[in-house]
Amino acid sequence: MKSWLTPFLVLALAGAAFLLFPYNLAFLTRILIMILLVLSLDLVLGFAGIATLGQAAMYGTGAYAAGLFAVHASGNPLAGLLVGAFAGAALALVSGLLLMRTRGLTLIMLTIAVASLCLEAANQLRGLTGGADGLRGIRMQPVLGLFPFDFAGQTGYWYALSVTVLVFAGLAVLTRSAFGLSLRGIHESPARMAAIGVSVYWRQVAAYTIGGGIAGIAGALAAQITQLVSLESYSFTISAEALIMLILGGAGRLYGAVIGTVIFMVVHHVAAANDPFNWLFVIGALVLFVVFLVPNGLVSLPLAVTRLWKGARHARA
Amino acid sequence: MSTGDGMGLFLNILVDGAAYGMILFMIAVGLSVTMGLMRVVNLAHGGFALIGGTLAHWAGQDLGLAFPLALAVAMLGTLAIALPLERLVYRRIYGFGELQQVLATIGLTFLIIAAVNLWQGSALLPVPLPESFARPVDLGFRTLPLHRLVVIGSGLAVIAGLWLLLDRSRFGIRLRAAVDNRGTASALGIDTDRIYMVAFGLGALLAALGGILGAELLPIDAYYPLRYMVLFLIVVAVGGLGSIAGSFAAALGLGMIETAARYLAPDLATIAFFAIVILVLALRPQGLMGKVSA
Repeated sequence: MKSWLTPFLVLALAGAAFLLFPYNLAFLTRILIMILLVLSLDLVLGFAGIATLGQAAMYGTGAYAAGLFAVHASGNPLAGLLVGAFAGAALALVSGLLLMRTRGLTLIMLTIAVASLCLEAANQLRGLTGGADGLRGIRMQPVLGLFPFDFAGQTGYWYALSVTVLVFAGLAVLTRSAFGLSLRGIHESPARMAAIGVSVYWRQVAAYTIGGGIAGIAGALAAQITQLVSLESYSFTISAEALIMLILGGAGRLYGAVIGTVIFMVVHHVAAANDPFNWLFVIGALVLFVVFLVPNGLVSLPLAVTRLWKGARHARA
Repeated sequence: MSTGDGMGLFLNILVDGAAYGMILFMIAVGLSVTMGLMRVVNLAHGGFALIGGTLAHWAGQDLGLAFPLALAVAMLGTLAIALPLERLVYRRIYGFGELQQVLATIGLTFLIIAAVNLWQGSALLPVPLPESFARPVDLGFRTLPLHRLVVIGSGLAVIAGLWLLLDRSRFGIRLRAAVDNRGTASALGIDTDRIYMVAFGLGALLAALGGILGAELLPIDAYYPLRYMVLFLIVVAVGGLGSIAGSFAAALGLGMIETAARYLAPDLATIAFFAIVILVLALRPQGLMGKVSA
């Protein structure tokens, strides 16, 4: 029973959000796009155990690719998504061939360096990307030729929701497959996986590439719906915030990515609206709270509380 | 550029690069101590440089203290904040995985930024330097503010002092023992808790010193720790974890490269910087002089 109940509840909540906050659709859509990005990070980091602080590299590349495709080639949204996914995956594949040879701090620094390199390249290629002014002039055709993008953002919301649900379903299948299980195994113990004949390096490259493709889709969605791509898409802030969202919710669980993103974005929306610096107090305390007290993420909080309630010995496990 | 010929340009790059590299070194070396010796990915390191800079700004500007006095107040103040933090927070972070360390210290960084903003606002926090620091010194091929020479001199003094402390003193021996095998070191009667606390305080002090002396080139405001976090981490990663000499070589090398690129091809400076970082880390994942893999 439980297997269909949770997705149903989440979809019902997404529908309710549409009805309850008709004037905040742009914000709700941004949450959906971030969920996609955090899901891609979940695959790379939560499942495959690849420590990265540079997921923005693929997000930004997907955004610019889809934006440029819309400006110069075609305003077809779905074709644009494919272009974004392909661009993100291609960058992840090329950089992953190098990155997956390293571990720990070196890996983290290299992922940051790749994103920084992309940011600076986009900044310098002003003729193509618009540089610091951002890429403008993106005009989208109706989705599937039926639903034109409207000013209130209704089409954008349903479009983003559909894409997010499809990607989520795809990831749910992928993480339960033999490939997904082998990624978990690599996360737990690369040495043992190598010992039973798994090519750890190539599995990680594959996971990084798929994650890059999903991040590219997230970037492409952002480009198509906001009709603007700015250098911010490549910023370290995006990578770091995505990581915080994932850990908040709980890495290695797809719902953790969803819950963490929603909580982070809503708290951010409420707190930062008043004072951006007080927001840092809130998020700093929240991050420390999760890291110290609920290391498995907020998604594990109900379980932890139940155990505490029942006075189980393993409450801290 | 006053001298147009190649030799003059070369000397300019050398001097400016050395000054910039020394500042990078002074801030990053504290990070190399905490990260390399104590194995903590401490993203909050720039936060201690910010605390030092803010206290120096407060003591110099608001209290009107002379620079040496303000410097002392700032260093002691940073220590007074860092040591309780070590006891309450970092002691628990030591045992975490890398990712948890990254997150916990990012959380701390946010809190430090918010606290500094609450106290001093988000504007630039200039550190009043003695007037003599601005005095030009004639080097023969160009003049340079005394400040740059003070920075270069302090950097050299720091590396000499650290080498003596870590390689030649009893404290250094104990610290390295505690890092290599905490359990055994502790069983041999070394107070590892204390050693870690002192080493952490040392890292924070170096961050504060670097932040204050480097404020001319890397100006201090509330967002300082986030703006330069990546830069400091890169110096340590390229130098090799736990290697003082490696950090020195990396800071100086990267400082020179970026300065040279700014003179020769300003548009490509940042790209060149990151391309070289990627190249070095790809060829030597453990860093220039790292003994252990990162």
